Amino acid sequence: MISIVGFVAFILVAPVIGGLIAGIDRKITAHMQGRVGPPVLQPFYDVGKLFEKEKTVANDTQRFYVISYFIFMIFTGALFFAGGDILLVIFALTLAQIFLVLGAYSANSPYSHIGAERELIQIMAYEPMVIIAAVGMYVVTKSFNVSTIASYPQPLVLFLPAIFLGFIYILTIKLRKSPFDISTSHHAHQEIVKGVTTEFSGPSLGLIEVTHWYETVFLLGFVYLFFAFSPLLGFIAVAIVYLLELLIDNASARVKWQLVMKSSWVIAALAGVVNLAVLYYLGVG
Amino acid sequence: MTYLSKSPWILHYDATSCNGCDIEVLASLTPMYDVERFGIINTGNPKHADIFVITGSVNEQNREVVRNLYEQMPNPKVVVAVGICACSGGVFRECYNVAGGIDKIIPVDVYVPGCAARPESIIDGIVTALGILETKLNAPQSGRKEQQPVELQQGGGAQ
Repeated sequence: MISIVGFVAFILVAPVIGGLIAGIDRKITAHMQGRVGPPVLQPFYDVGKLFEKEKTVANDTQRFYVISYFIFMIFTGALFFAGGDILLVIFALTLAQIFLVLGAYSANSPYSHIGAERELIQIMAYEPMVIIAAVGMYVVTKSFNVSTIASYPQPLVLFLPAIFLGFIYILTIKLRKSPFDISTSHHAHQEIVKGVTTEFSGPSLGLIEVTHWYETVFLLGFVYLFFAFSPLLGFIAVAIVYLLELLIDNASARVKWQLVMKSSWVIAALAGVVNLAVLYYLGVG
Repeated sequence: MTYLSKSPWILHYDATSCNGCDIEVLASLTPMYDVERFGIINTGNPKHADIFVITGSVNEQNREVVRNLYEQMPNPKVVVAVGICACSGGVFRECYNVAGGIDKIIPVDVYVPGCAARPESIIDGIVTALGILETKLNAPQSGRKEQQPVELQQGGGAQ
């Protein structure tokens, strides 16, 4: 049931794809802002540079937390692409994220602590919707296994339209895009929202970047799952969703954390519960 | 060519600048000049930065701040003094509260003169700094004294 090929392929290929997505992301963002923008390979140059820099860490535990964040994020994505249990995938994702928070808390810097607190708020904000998405997939396909869900012959998105939209909503948080990039952002490097990465430098910051590439590929894989009945349609949907996120990112201002929290939970409650209730009354569940 | 020179992240600090040079540094980031096409990012964090861009002369209040920021940056790193005040103290060099140019406090690698320095010469100075950054990476143990600072002529172009 667990595919070793998918497991290994994700570990090897995901950073390449994730880095390219990040590069294309920066290029498109620059064009949206009327700029030329950096080369598409710029994220690889950035990470290469960070690994060339001096190794400075605030303390030894910080390094442990960063490496744990990296390993558990790889585990999350690899288990997902291997077709494992989606609940275990979600729990591993949370654990990985918590290691990043602990890493930020381990340094004695107020900026880092604010970033860590905001990261925790983000985790609380997106978690319900991710769980509801997994439950929705279970209700339709009668399985928590990604391999079974992916091989479901009918389009999942037709059964779970509201849950899909809710997932797109929290995807903005997970991809660290405006208006929900409250703990660390791809822009606004001088502002407090750079928070969670403040105390990481050189190779550990590079590792966080690579981990984010893994995470991006995993999240887009999750989006693909809604369209898994047709691979072509799935890839088109993933591309459209990502472009939509870029458009939202460039067209909106950052909101306060209260709104992130409240709106995510309201969306999760409305989209998730209504969708599940409708499925129940239609006799699908 | 190493990755270092393809991805220079900048820390910009305003010492005792009149803001003239600061505005020009920020102008370099606008779509008109768009330094991000060279991979240059203006970080606000010394721990992420490779190039320390300082505008204005150093005064008695911020000499410790400048030194602290410099020491927090991981090696290899370069310092670019932007504007004539940062190079030598400029017209303020005789003031009772002014310590002088940035090189009174920390070693400076590139001097970009001008009042205010033009965005073109700032970009030129930073591109010059990239070359120095690369030599520092290849010879990390060599002392700073061996590295000759580069002075840019007004209007750009290394001497």
